[in-house]
Amino acid sequence: MGDKLRFAGPPLAVLFLLLLIWQGAVWLFELESWKLPGPVEIVREAWTIGPRLMEHTWATAQLAIIGFAAGAATGMLVAALLHLIPGARAALYPLLVLSQNIPTIVLYPLLMIWLGLGLLPKLVLIILVCFFPIAVAMLSGLSQRDPRLADYLAMIGAGKWRIFRDLELPGAVPYLFSGLKIAAAYSITGVIVAEWLGASRGIGYFIKLSYSGFLVTRVFAGVAIIVLLSLIVFGIIVAIERWFTRWQPRKEGK
Amino acid sequence: MHPALEVRGVTKSFGSGKKTLQVLGGMEVTVREGEFVSLIGPSGSGKTTLFQLIGGLEKPDSGEIRIGGRAVTGERGHIAYMPQQAALMPWRTITDNIVLALSIAGVPAEEARRQSMEWLPRIGLAGYESSYPHTLSGGMQQRVSFLRALLAPRDLMCLDEPFGALDALTRLQMQQWLLSIWEANRRSVLMVTHSIEEALLLSDRILVISASPATVIREVEVPFARPRSSDLWTDPQFNRWKQELYELLSSNSVLSVEDERSS
Ligand SMILES: Nc1ncnc2c1ncn2[C@@H]1O[C@H](COP(=O)(O)OP(=O)(O)OP(=O)(O)O)[C@@H](O)[C@H]1O
Ligand SMILES: [Mg+2]
Repeated sequence: MGDKLRFAGPPLAVLFLLLLIWQGAVWLFELESWKLPGPVEIVREAWTIGPRLMEHTWATAQLAIIGFAAGAATGMLVAALLHLIPGARAALYPLLVLSQNIPTIVLYPLLMIWLGLGLLPKLVLIILVCFFPIAVAMLSGLSQRDPRLADYLAMIGAGKWRIFRDLELPGAVPYLFSGLKIAAAYSITGVIVAEWLGASRGIGYFIKLSYSGFLVTRVFAGVAIIVLLSLIVFGIIVAIERWFTRWQPRKEGK
Repeated sequence: MHPALEVRGVTKSFGSGKKTLQVLGGMEVTVREGEFVSLIGPSGSGKTTLFQLIGGLEKPDSGEIRIGGRAVTGERGHIAYMPQQAALMPWRTITDNIVLALSIAGVPAEEARRQSMEWLPRIGLAGYESSYPHTLSGGMQQRVSFLRALLAPRDLMCLDEPFGALDALTRLQMQQWLLSIWEANRRSVLMVTHSIEEALLLSDRILVISASPATVIREVEVPFARPRSSDLWTDPQFNRWKQELYELLSSNSVLSVEDERSS
């Protein structure tokens, strides 16, 4: 526990300092809140509209988590298939990269045209932005197997599936998690884009609404919630990663 | 009774066209049931390649490999194998590494777990059952690697320079340790080594092989009675044999100097 606090201490101190400077600047230069509200103002505003904000937050979090889970599953499956099917990786990998060059802001209206206004186009969008970093990270992990371990297993009679399950897959886990961390951040921005472009709830919708009413303080409240959500998801993934990679030697004090 | 291993006229080349490199030229190796045979030869002469052929990782260009009388050329999963580096999965505990190797060999997981629990204390690793490999020293890892080969229900054990990566002192301890375990269990073993002393201490028979293309140029029956004591090297006969093998190897310019301990 003491370890964790020491680990979280420095960034928290820096964050606190930045907020202090921000608030100080707002007071000192007497900035109007529709230009740049201070942290105190933002928190106060968020508090007064609390219940409504919580509803939007919950909607966003739900969508992000479901989308992220589906995207992670898709990414891992794609990586496993490209790795296991001979020739698939060489044939499909370039197309995979190409698919990432379509901006989400262009993609989402198309998805709405094809899939309607409901949950489905949003989920598809999040899966599309999530699966790529996961698939790429896991693919490179799968191909990094130690040839000495692979030769050893083959010599004692392990088949291709066995080598995948007991060597390549566990070896890919650390790589997979770096992909998952990136994808988690992507999934939340993906949800925001989807909610901004076509939804009647969620933080993305709330921010858009606040903009059109020039309620800058609420925009900032929305952004703060996005940051908080991202941090929580990131923290959860790091915790799971630590459990999965507990076999790795950890450097002291890091 | 069939020999544990017969390698008959096995040849193997790598590459093609001008770059063809013939590594094995008609290898003949026999390991009888319960016999300990050592292969000694120059670096790069194809000893590991021979193991890869016996293990089915590569296919010979010609010749035949029989294990326990059955033709198994190009088939995998008939040998217990101890590679030069310990080859332990870093994400598995010591016990789980042993369980993995045994379950590939067809032992049920529960039985494998029971055996490793029973054996780990016997090889001086009590208390390390659920440690990860990186917390063990090189010598301890090699012991796990050896135990994994010993417990696999296969008639033939192939050891590829089992102690090559260890320092001289640890190596000496490991040789004596292997000697006592082997004499109590009498498995059929084919072992590659660079050390003449190691071969004399452990084996029933020593095969000296030439530089590539490798063939067996000399076969030596080691005359020392078993059980052997660890101070065998004080025996004058031991030193005569050592001298003779040393001359044989160096006349074929096959010995790397680093491999001989000065004693
Ligand atoms: N897969 C391969 N492709 C091409 N050449 C190979 C391959 N495997 C081995 N060789 C070559 O075959 C020769 C014998 O290699 P091998 O590893 O069997 O030697 P070794 O006797 O085990 O040597 P050492 O004592 O140093 O371990 C070497 O020249 C090596 O370059
Ligand atoms: Mg070798």
